[in-house]
Amino acid sequence: MTVETRDLAIGYPGREVGSGITLAAGPGAVLFLLGPNGSGKTTLFRTQLGLIPARGGQVLLEGRPLDRLSRAEVAQRVAYVPQAHAPPFAWSAFEVVLMGRTARLGLFSQPGEADREAARAALERLRIGDLAEADYTRLSGGQRQLVLVARALAQETPALIMDEPTASLDFGNQALVLREIAGLAADGLTVILSTHDPDHAFAVGTDVALLHEGRVKATGPPAAALTEEALSAVYGVDVRVERLADGRTVCVPSLSRQGESQRTDPASDRS
Amino acid sequence: MDKGARALIAARKHGQAGAGTALWLAGALVLGSVAALLIGPYPLGLVEALSVLTGRDTAGQAETVLLAIRLPRVAASLLVGAALAAAGACYQTIFRNPLVSPDILGVSAGAGLGAVLGIFLSLPVAAIQLLGFAGGLGAVALVGFVAAAVKTGDRTLVLVLAGVVVGALAGAATSLLKVLADPYDQLPAITFWLLGSLAGVKAADLMPAAPVVAAGLVPLVLLRWRINVLALGDEEARALGVEAGRLRLTVILCATLITASVVAVAGVVGWVGLVIPHIARMLVGPGFGRLLPAAALLGAGYMLAVDTLARTISAAEVPLGILTAVVGAPFFLWLLARGRRAWA
Repeated sequence: MTVETRDLAIGYPGREVGSGITLAAGPGAVLFLLGPNGSGKTTLFRTQLGLIPARGGQVLLEGRPLDRLSRAEVAQRVAYVPQAHAPPFAWSAFEVVLMGRTARLGLFSQPGEADREAARAALERLRIGDLAEADYTRLSGGQRQLVLVARALAQETPALIMDEPTASLDFGNQALVLREIAGLAADGLTVILSTHDPDHAFAVGTDVALLHEGRVKATGPPAAALTEEALSAVYGVDVRVERLADGRTVCVPSLSRQGESQRTDPASDRS
Repeated sequence: MDKGARALIAARKHGQAGAGTALWLAGALVLGSVAALLIGPYPLGLVEALSVLTGRDTAGQAETVLLAIRLPRVAASLLVGAALAAAGACYQTIFRNPLVSPDILGVSAGAGLGAVLGIFLSLPVAAIQLLGFAGGLGAVALVGFVAAAVKTGDRTLVLVLAGVVVGALAGAATSLLKVLADPYDQLPAITFWLLGSLAGVKAADLMPAAPVVAAGLVPLVLLRWRINVLALGDEEARALGVEAGRLRLTVILCATLITASVVAVAGVVGWVGLVIPHIARMLVGPGFGRLLPAAALLGAGYMLAVDTLARTISAAEVPLGILTAVVGAPFFLWLLARGRRAWA
């Protein structure tokens, strides 16, 4: 399913976070959103899901304007993996994944055996079947994140939006999730996700959008969009992009400081 | 055995545990109710009670005590306890906060004001109950309007703060009426009502309340899966396809209806709606589909025990609010001491 934004302006009442955002991701696409903290990635996702209204422009799901769809219709089309969080009550991980089936249930229905089967399959796919009966609140941040990814898989939507799905995962689980994402795209799903690691985009991304201060600075296939110049300008550090002998591409930031004038690090303003 | 099969078995076991707990609680409730019917200043034997109930013994004191006094009172305690605990489970779930009680949006304060006004004006009992019911609904409606008028900020926080404000205003008005009330006749009645009591409750008092409670419970039972999802928070619930705003409004409406109708009958009984859902959550977990029936059954049992104590431990009636606080407050402290995990 194609997820499109046209000249989208995003933000909150009285505060614009970004504007002029035009992006599209179709079936089989893995669109990576990269950008520094506060560049508007999460706000863009929330707008694409209709959780906050667009300040201008349009979000289209398969050509249909988002604001014409009901919550259930949106949830049948796009699943959302939010950043891991702590809920107030200790459901089991299985129950949390089962909640992904809600949009497929009638208003007064309970999940049935088919829904339970889908939830179990999603847990198994991420190799966390043994966490099914564990208290969700007692899981580590990374385990919770995997559970939320499993919930999105259980939702069985043609498109997925994931907000930093690898942020608190260990090295092995990062690779696991990236491989699953590539597999989902190969099955014809549309995946849009954010990351702080450009290597992930090089590894499994078909497209990237480099976001800076709420605007798209560069877009296209990773090799074309993620140049040393673009990355250095957006992140404010010198970045080297290297090709390994086996054809993979990696990014390495320089730890020495770039010209101070280009760098806008709010942390350095505090004394 | 592979992991999937093990998860399947575990999930089934979990579901059965919920159903088993409910069955067990219901059984205990039936036995407790029978015991409560027999206990009192005029003790009844089981055989005697059965002969009254089957209509063989139609004359005498036993019939009056059992049918006119104890039966309505036992029924009332079950209704009030179940309703308050169910409403508490709803409020805690949708506000995503285990420290919330059904009073959070001012329903008790509003009902208190309505009923006290009725007592102050020396109205008949039915009118006092109606005013209490209307006061409870009115207070929550006012909170809703205030929260809707305030456009900015966290909607839940605005709602809760509006509840605090409206509750405080209703409390102030109640205090004013207490100052103005006749200290020999009206003031004791007001004080007793504000602490809650089922003394002198009649079958006629329950007739209007019971159907309203039932009507409020039906949507909550039907929507139980979605209410569970709503506890993830508005944003996630909406991303999962739930119309969070509308659902929350429905739950608040139903829970308020339930609370106001029993507060109108029993007066303000605190702590039940706060503490009982905790115990229910410990028994069956936070899934709302299991939590709601467990809380209702536990609440009914708790209220039955408390009311039986209230009418038997001394020659004079002890207000329910005093007993529920004496038991509830230390228990709550214990929960806090056990820390966040205990809320699970």
